[in-house]
Amino acid sequence: MNMNYEIVIGLETHVELSTESKIFCSCGGHSAANEPNDCVCPACSGMPGMLPVMNKRVVELAVTAGLMLNCEISRYTTFDKKNYYYPDLPCAYQITQLNHPICTNGCVPVKTSAGTRDIRIKQIHMEEDAGKLVHGGNSSFVDFNRTSVPLIEIVTQPDFRSAEEVVVYLNKLKSMFRSGGISECEEGAMRCDVNISVRPEGSEEFGVRTEIKNMSSFEAIERAIKYEAQRHMDALEYETESLVQETRRFDDVSGKTFAMRNKETEADYRYFPDANLMPIVIDDEWLEEIKAKKPAAVDEKAEEYAAVGISDKEIAMLLSNHKLMALLDDTVALGCNPKDTASWILTDCAGILRKDGKTLNELEVTAQTLSTIIKMVDSGDINRNAGKKILIAVVESNVDPVAYCKEQGLDKKFDSSAIDSVIDKVISENPKAVEDFNNGKVKALQALFGACMKELRGAGDPAVIKELLEKKMSK
Amino acid sequence: MKYYATKICEVGTIAVDDTILVKDALAAAGSRILEGFKPLFSAEAVTRLEEKGYAVSGKAHTGEFGLDLVGEFSYYAPQTEKLEGAAATLVKNGDVKAALGVDMNGSTRRSAAFAGIDFLKPTYGTVSRYGVISCAASGEQVGVYAPNAEGVKEIMSIIAGHDDKDGTSLPEKEYNYSTDVDVAGKKVCVVKELLEKADDATKANVQKYAEALKANGVDVEEISWDYFDLANTAWQILMCAETCNNVSRYDGVKFGHRAEQYRNIDELYVKSRTEGFNFLTKAVILYGSDALSKNRYKDCYDKSLRVRRAVADATKELLEKYDAILAPACSKTEFTAYDIKDAFTKVFEESVFTALPNLIGTPALVSGGVQLMGKHFSESVLLSLAKSVERKGE
Repeated sequence: MNMNYEIVIGLETHVELSTESKIFCSCGGHSAANEPNDCVCPACSGMPGMLPVMNKRVVELAVTAGLMLNCEISRYTTFDKKNYYYPDLPCAYQITQLNHPICTNGCVPVKTSAGTRDIRIKQIHMEEDAGKLVHGGNSSFVDFNRTSVPLIEIVTQPDFRSAEEVVVYLNKLKSMFRSGGISECEEGAMRCDVNISVRPEGSEEFGVRTEIKNMSSFEAIERAIKYEAQRHMDALEYETESLVQETRRFDDVSGKTFAMRNKETEADYRYFPDANLMPIVIDDEWLEEIKAKKPAAVDEKAEEYAAVGISDKEIAMLLSNHKLMALLDDTVALGCNPKDTASWILTDCAGILRKDGKTLNELEVTAQTLSTIIKMVDSGDINRNAGKKILIAVVESNVDPVAYCKEQGLDKKFDSSAIDSVIDKVISENPKAVEDFNNGKVKALQALFGACMKELRGAGDPAVIKELLEKKMSK
Repeated sequence: MKYYATKICEVGTIAVDDTILVKDALAAAGSRILEGFKPLFSAEAVTRLEEKGYAVSGKAHTGEFGLDLVGEFSYYAPQTEKLEGAAATLVKNGDVKAALGVDMNGSTRRSAAFAGIDFLKPTYGTVSRYGVISCAASGEQVGVYAPNAEGVKEIMSIIAGHDDKDGTSLPEKEYNYSTDVDVAGKKVCVVKELLEKADDATKANVQKYAEALKANGVDVEEISWDYFDLANTAWQILMCAETCNNVSRYDGVKFGHRAEQYRNIDELYVKSRTEGFNFLTKAVILYGSDALSKNRYKDCYDKSLRVRRAVADATKELLEKYDAILAPACSKTEFTAYDIKDAFTKVFEESVFTALPNLIGTPALVSGGVQLMGKHFSESVLLSLAKSVERKGE
């Protein structure tokens, strides 16, 4: 190649929010549905007479996302209708935000092998998802479960310069949104449109831009960008084809992109304000309330963990799972050492679950329980092995750790060496009973056993004590 | 569809326009596109009346989506009957105590004026729109047909008040309507430019009403004020745009009318909608779609929004000086049949008398064949003015 080229990429990312109900009605989310059209009401199936009523939680999650991406939060935000006909869109319009989006002008630092660069966020807006078509035989069927599920769309400026940056950015969004309780970012809950162009290095002008629509796997996004960038560069360098501004689709099998039909791309969506939804005003009080609930930013959190000696690998595991992060933070808040707690969770719990073919996602331990175990070990009441045994029982069958410890005689005071010394003491203090036993009075052993139990205040495993006592006396 | 009262109810029977939902009663807004649609719930206004013991005795024919003059273009009304103003006629004949209608582009007020009964289009946001087959969300409002001001007050006191199910519903839990505000010394204006648009019989009606008000101590003045045309143009644009959008959900996919034969989804849409909508609705859809298109949005839709604010400001200023505007509700005193191909222009022309309250959300009361318009929340003043004249006529 004669010239060096620079790739310019902008991203539109749709993220499904983790709310209990849909954005404008009280239907549960589609994840709660078993059958098609299980989570559907007159509102989200487009029947006349129903009016959209704003789900406040959606606003709060969108603002939280904006705060995490260093955005300006709009104090006045409105909804618009986007018109197009498609059977999965029951009202034939989508409620979205065009004129007054909820967040604007943000910025996210992205760290790659090329160094750290800031990606500017143009805006974040709220909108509703569409339903799903199912094709079978000669017919098509409509499933409205996903209709009106809340989404945020995060639009960046054309600031990415490589596929690597895009993937790092997306992973960062994913861990931020998981840790912030904004979205579980499960398969398909995060979808991207990639705008891409190529220009000679040093040029200030943008090249011809194409948009690759609707991709959800990061791996596919990376491949699509690489393919598309190469196609642009070949077109510029070797004049293989003339580039046109268009919308394209990535085919996962061939690894190539294809132009979509014009009909799907050149619609006039006739946006206009939705008169059924009053403008939302976010006042200082509400904003402060949301800020107070916002978890620390991922970068801050990573620094905080690193500072207390948690390893990079462990930090990465924590940042990708907000449940684990919350468990760690809560356990530390109960007075446990953070580094130690991280290893209890990420090594011990993970190991126990792995044996049952499970992952940390299925961990159901509370911070209260975990801190109890860790504190018993730290205070020297039990050793780490005993702690681990208790943890296994807790993870597998959710037992009470203190009761289990006693029941199993795992308390160090009652381990064999402790019992040994108590027996020795009882033997030396009761020469009469010892003599009686040696003279064949079997009953005397019962008296010695009683004295041991008394000394141990009823704790300890009686069978173990009896066995040890008999062993000693028979010597 | 039942036309006349069938239930006997001591508290009172009401009729409900076909643009408002009553649970399990077919609701089609007078359109073939909604043929066979049976709603799963009742409108909030209907529920509130039923809770107070009122019985819905039937649904009344309306023109398709309430877009016509007085309900003359319903797909369902039998051609042989006199169709206009079905709900108003029921109230006039005493078949029902009152009726509910959606005031969107004046058809309710015009039919009340022709029938000689009262109709109140209340302040926007006071009555829930939950259960209204919505067309122009930003200006439509459920209103009441009743024989007189007292009857309007009775029904309004029950149906008005906040509803969580409607995001545009105002926060007040209830409103007090009075028909006994002292009218002596109140100031009412008649706008010359608007009066000029009416025929002689209508003008005479307005003059007669003005005299009756004067006799009750009301100051009536003729003034010059030229915002009605502007308000009408803006409202027709917004109304067409919003209606175009709101009826786009009637596509033959989910419910209502579906064409019998189609080869693909586009044909299903086009055929179902071509068969389902009448000529007037199609005209409204086309005008509305055009107003929202990329090339026209700024000069049409967006401009209308700005006109809306300007008209609201001017009206506010005018109604600081006057308690109400006295105006015709229509250019004529009775309905004459015409061809549907002329409907769009006809409705546009007649709406100059009714559009302003829809555009800016203010109340308007039709009584004695004329119309009183007031500022936001001035229903009690309007009802009291009307009652003072009605009492004289007794």
